[in-house]
Formats: sequence, structure tokens, C-alpha cells
Amino acid sequence: MTNVLQTLIDAVALGSIYALVAMGIGLVFGVMRLVNFAHGELITAGAYALALTNHLPLLVSLMTCFAVVIALSLAMDVTYRPLRTATPTTMLVTTFAISFLLQAVALLAFGARGQNVGVLPELNRAVSIGDLRVRWVTLVSIAVGGFLLGATALLLARTNIGLQMRASAMNVQTARLLGVRASTVIRFAFVLAAVLAASATVLLTVQRPLVTPSYGFQLVIPALVGVVVGGMDRLVSATLGGFAIGFTAAVLGEVLPADGRVFLDTALFLLVILVLLARPSGLFTRSRAAWERL
Amino acid sequence: MRRLAAGSQLLAPVLLLALVGVLGSFTSRSVQFQFRFALVMATIVIALYVFIGNSGVVSFGHVSFVAVGAFAAGLTTVPEALKLSLSPDLFPLIAGAEVGNAVSLLLAAAVGGVFALIVGAPLMRLSGLSAGIATFAVLVITNNVLRNWEAIGPGARTLSLVPESTGFLQATVGAIAVAALAFAYQRSRFGRVLRASSDDAAAAQGAGINIYRQRLLAFALSGALAGFAGGLLVHLLGSITTQQVYLDLAFVTLAMLVIGGVRSLWGAVVGALLVSGVNSLLLTAESGLGLGFAELTVPTGTRLVTLGVVMALILLFRPRGITGGREVTLRWPG
Repeated sequence: MTNVLQTLIDAVALGSIYALVAMGIGLVFGVMRLVNFAHGELITAGAYALALTNHLPLLVSLMTCFAVVIALSLAMDVTYRPLRTATPTTMLVTTFAISFLLQAVALLAFGARGQNVGVLPELNRAVSIGDLRVRWVTLVSIAVGGFLLGATALLLARTNIGLQMRASAMNVQTARLLGVRASTVIRFAFVLAAVLAASATVLLTVQRPLVTPSYGFQLVIPALVGVVVGGMDRLVSATLGGFAIGFTAAVLGEVLPADGRVFLDTALFLLVILVLLARPSGLFTRSRAAWERL
Repeated sequence: MRRLAAGSQLLAPVLLLALVGVLGSFTSRSVQFQFRFALVMATIVIALYVFIGNSGVVSFGHVSFVAVGAFAAGLTTVPEALKLSLSPDLFPLIAGAEVGNAVSLLLAAAVGGVFALIVGAPLMRLSGLSAGIATFAVLVITNNVLRNWEAIGPGARTLSLVPESTGFLQATVGAIAVAALAFAYQRSRFGRVLRASSDDAAAAQGAGINIYRQRLLAFALSGALAGFAGGLLVHLLGSITTQQVYLDLAFVTLAMLVIGGVRSLWGAVVGALLVSGVNSLLLTAESGLGLGFAELTVPTGTRLVTLGVVMALILLFRPRGITGGREVTLRWPG
């Protein structure tokens, strides 16, 4: 029983981090129909920012991380501007090329060996609740994840810019005709995505402190898969999809027998295929869309 | 006369591939490898084009067919004793199999095609991003299984001592043969029907086209061609690991296709050769590139950055690809 609970808590924590990443991807996709592969490099950049400011006071380090991630995200917004009329395939491959480029830059600047992030090491200490031993970072991940997801949802539901974003996500043409400035809305989506990514970075570096050029890429791939499995068309389903894939990966890691653990990816992605076949437009969406185009 | 003009659209890609093959064989030994590698990359990209270009559906999964083709061709041309010392748990059937170069290439094509058919049967019901992610899942699973199941291959170790039979003749003829097959398919009834269905799915279905069946056919054909290309690759490199036929290759080949222009065979060939060419040039420049009057040396490590910048710029400013997705028709003057 304790074991089950322990596994569940860890799985929820990992799921929360993936949900933050997934929501960022979903926000940008919503207003721009763009799947941003380079979202992972926001996390990589944030992690390097933390690593390079290790010696500075915590608050300065955190603020640098957020500033760097937001700046990079705004740069991506500008870079992607010519893509707004491109086909989905070109969009997808271009964001991959940007991701490839940023990883190459990181490799050139910081080398392949990796750097250590030492932010908030005290969060790695464990706290005992009854028979459970839970690390602080697990609890903080769940709390911060829940808070940020809630805050973003509130922002979308209650503010003017949130309304405009929802309108654009539903139908860009009509929203523009009604006076929504597409550029403003897209820029805002990139900033929000950056804030979520930077928060995920801080939480993640506590658990995985070694930052390499492919740090964020490795995280964004499953998150992206989760987004599509959950359902891209709505932010809630995309976020839930991200949560689900993190949760499932953590649970599978515990449930699989020791000698079968190397096949974790096979099990996880077989599940992905099965879910996609059963519900092509998303696990957490209501309708089955007919032929859609990529 | 019109048929002749249409057939001549195959001429440009074939001539370009042949040119690369002939030019390359006159260069120095180290550069020769780059030329042959470019031809094999072009073969992979053409295979990718057969499905993506005609169906309009993105597939990240084709490199898994390249992978199984490469390991099939590699494992059947390495001596049995060597295979068993590398991987003692190998199935006797695989350990005992030993065939010649040509048979191994055909085997690679067969394995790739059958695998694509099995995988495609459920997956081709999907479209859009769901299809993209599902094929990506196939890539991850294929890699995970190849890397960890030592009864079917060397696992995480390197499969080495594969005969290096992909010389200029094999690379050039292989690439041209695949281009010709791709062209024949695209001009055939099946290719036209699939293209029509990607232009307007609803209208195609209204005209009685079974999109699922057409996509599956294209998927299996391009899987077979990708498997064949994998065979060429392993016979070029002489050794292979599962990581060489995984994410990096999948994304680079997809980028090559889009950079050239997804909708045409000409685009596939141009994109693959151009990106390979830029990459080789930068590779050479890192060790000093003699320009006759001056020597250009690029600092080590900047190759990937430059390559990334070039790819991103082309994609951003020529979103339909360099060729705009059109074929070229060569005409006699006058």
C-alpha cells in the first residue's frame, strides 16, 4: 500500500512537470497552429542560465533564468513570423531546424560534457509522512504545477487578453475581423509559454542537475507526444495529455519487472499508438474529428 | 509527345544523381566517401518522398525501415562465427544466414516493405498530427527493441566488418533505381489517386477512392525503398549502431525533403544533395579548405551551427522548398 502511494506521488510530480511543458506547447499551438519543437531549448537555456549563475544569490539566479527564457521565447516569436502562412509540415520541420541550431550553439558554447546546476539542493531532502518518504521537490513540483496551471486557466478565463487568446484559438480569421491583434496575442502566448517553461526548468534541475545541450529536447519529445495524445485542439486536453504521459512513464518504470525495464519506451509508445488508434483526435476530447490535415 | 515530355521529368533527377556519382569518382579518397554518402542520403530521402510527397502525411517513422533494412543487410553478410561472438543469443536462423551483396540488398528491401505493411495496416487510418506522432512512436519502439533484444541483432554494440560494397557504382545505380521506381509510382494510377486525395480528401472519397488503401500501398512501397536504402547505408559504412539510424537521421532526412520541396521527386533529390553538399563542404572547411588563392578554415564545432542556420533560413524564406515542389521538364532547344 505504502509502495503504491509512493509510486503515485512520484508519478503525479513527474506528470506535473510534463503538464507545464505541455501547456506551453499547447498555448502556442492554440494561437498559431505551430508545433514548437524548439520549446525544449527554452528549458535548456533556462537550465544553462541557472548553471552559470550558481555562485550568485538564489533570487538573482532565478530571475536570470526567467529573463533568459522569456527573451529566447520572444526571439522565437519573431523568427517564426514568416511561417504564419506556411504549410504545417514546413512549420514543424522549421521549428525542428531551430531546435537543431540552438542545440548546436549550446554544444559550441558549453561543450558536450554537461554542467551542474546547484539551485535549491535542499529540496532534495526527504520528508517522512507516516511510512512514506517523499522528497521536498516532489511536493513542490505538485504544488507549483497545480498553482501555475490553475493561474493560467484563470488568466485565460477571466482577463481580456485571455479572452482574445481563446478567440484566436477557436478561429484566427474571425478573431482578427473582430479586432483581435494576432501579433499581440501570439507574443503573449510565447511569454506565457516561457514562464511555464522556466518554472518547469527550476523544478526539473533539482532532480536532474546535469545540463547537456539536449537537456530540454529529451523532455519536450514525450511532452509533445503527450500533447497530441491528449488532444491538441484544446488547451485542457493538451495539458492533461502531458500530465498523462509523465504519470504513465513514472508508473511503468515501477510496474515493469526489472529485466523488462529496458523496454519501458516500447511499452509507453505502444500505449501511445493504441490510444491514438482508439481516439485519433485526442484522449481527452469529446468528438472524433474527421480527416484533418497536417 | 506529351507523354514524352512528362517522362522527361525523370531525366533531371537521374542526370543530377549520375553527375554526382561521376564527379565524385574523380575526387580524392576521403572526399569520395562524402559523395557516396550524399547519394545514399538522397536514396533515403526519395524513399521518404514516395510516402510524404504523395500522401501529404508526415512520417517520422521511415528511419525505422532504414534501420531494419540496414541490420538485415548487415547481419546476413557478416560471417556466422563473428556474429555469434558479438551476440551469442542470436536466433540460429539469423546467425546461420549468409548471402551475397545483391541478395542482402533485396532482403533489406523486403524486410523494410513487410515491416511497413504490418505497421501501416493499423496506422494508415490516422491522419494529420496523430499520424505523425504514431509513426514517431514506431521509430522509438523499433530503436528500443533493436537496441535491447539481442536475439535479433547486436543490441547496443556496433555491428562491424560488414563488406563495404557500396562503391560509386552501387550508390549511383541504387539511387537512380529508387528514383525511377518513385517516378513510376507517382505517374501510375495509384500515385495520381493518392495525390488527388491529399489535395482534397472529401472530393477523393466522393469519387470512390479508398484513401486508406492507397496510403497503405504508398507506405509499404516507401518502406521497401527505405529498407533498400538502409542496405546501401550499411554496406557504405561497414559498421552500424542503432543510434546511427535514429532521431538525428529521421529529422535530417525530413528536413532535406522539406528544404528541397516535399511535393516533387526533383525536390527530394535537390534537397538531399544540397544539404549533404553543404555539410561536406563545412566538414572539409574545418580541416582547411583550399580555394586556390586563399585557404578557408572554419573553427571546429561551427559546422553544426552553420548547417542549422542554412537549413533554418531556407525553410523560413522558401517555405515551399527550393524547387517549390515542382518537377523540371527538360526541353530540346527550339
